[in-house]
Amino acid sequence: MDTQERDSETEWIRRSQRGDKEAFGFLVKKYMRQAYCAAVGFLGAHDEALDASQEAFVRAFLSIGRFDATKKFYTWYYRILRNHCLNVVRNKRIRTISFSQIFDESFEVISSDPSSEEILERRELRKAVWEGLWKLEVDDREILVARDILGTPYATLAELLECPIGTVMSRLYHARRRLRENLEGKV
Amino acid sequence: MSVNLSERELFLVNKAIDSMLSQQEAEELRQLFAERPEVQREYESLKSVKEVTMELKFKQLPEETWDRYWAGVYSRLERGIAWLLISIGAAVVLAIVGYGAVMKLLEDTSTPLAVKLGVGALLLGGAVLLVSVLREKLIMGKTDKYKEVIR
Repeated sequence: MDTQERDSETEWIRRSQRGDKEAFGFLVKKYMRQAYCAAVGFLGAHDEALDASQEAFVRAFLSIGRFDATKKFYTWYYRILRNHCLNVVRNKRIRTISFSQIFDESFEVISSDPSSEEILERRELRKAVWEGLWKLEVDDREILVARDILGTPYATLAELLECPIGTVMSRLYHARRRLRENLEGKV
Repeated sequence: MSVNLSERELFLVNKAIDSMLSQQEAEELRQLFAERPEVQREYESLKSVKEVTMELKFKQLPEETWDRYWAGVYSRLERGIAWLLISIGAAVVLAIVGYGAVMKLLEDTSTPLAVKLGVGALLLGGAVLLVSVLREKLIMGKTDKYKEVIR
């Protein structure tokens, strides 16, 4: 985030703190895609993820008065979203995982003539990975989705997860190992 | 396959999986692989796990979904504020009506003493309960280390 962008974000936050919903709308529009993807990682379902990310924005607006405008909005919002998603998981015990609703099932052409068998195999492998991710503890899934699917940098992960980069690396390593166990030799 | 890695080895393997090694670190890892082939196998296996995980790509949602997104948040905000106002209004109205009804009951000389005592006890109990809950919230607010966390 460059200085100008940071300044305008700080301004939106200050205006939101004065109850300006339009200014808060700028923040929502800026982060809604990220928020949705993070929620999918927790909840594994499209509708629930949309709903949870919107609900977390509402909660953020209602308590934005307590937020320090000099800090990063998304880091703060992410904690609200995380807690809300964990509550949803706890209360609703979501079990459904809708692969085709969430993931792009198109394939990059890896050979000049990919056979239908090859396409099918890759599709099955991706499904297996998502199922393997879903079987993990939510903390493991969270870090793997953020790093390996969304490509979140280590420094940002450290901020979001409120831990040092060394801990991020260690958590990531162990999460990958547990995912490998869940894949039972498919990779 | 289970390999025990020191903190440094874990750091190097992880950075290698994420293609973030400096030249010096890459050299250190090469030496480590030469000394402990099982670490190299671990690295290759986890790298494969990462590669297939990276193949998962979230579907791009249609633009209309995003166009409606803020409107959805806005309506929820409005509804939230509306419910808050309704709750405050209902509490005020109930308090006034309740106060009037209780005073009328107590001032009425035909009301039996037992009923008056019962109403008095009910109100006192309610007040003690309210104070107790408020005090607990206040104490928790001061000492709760997770008070910044919005549940």
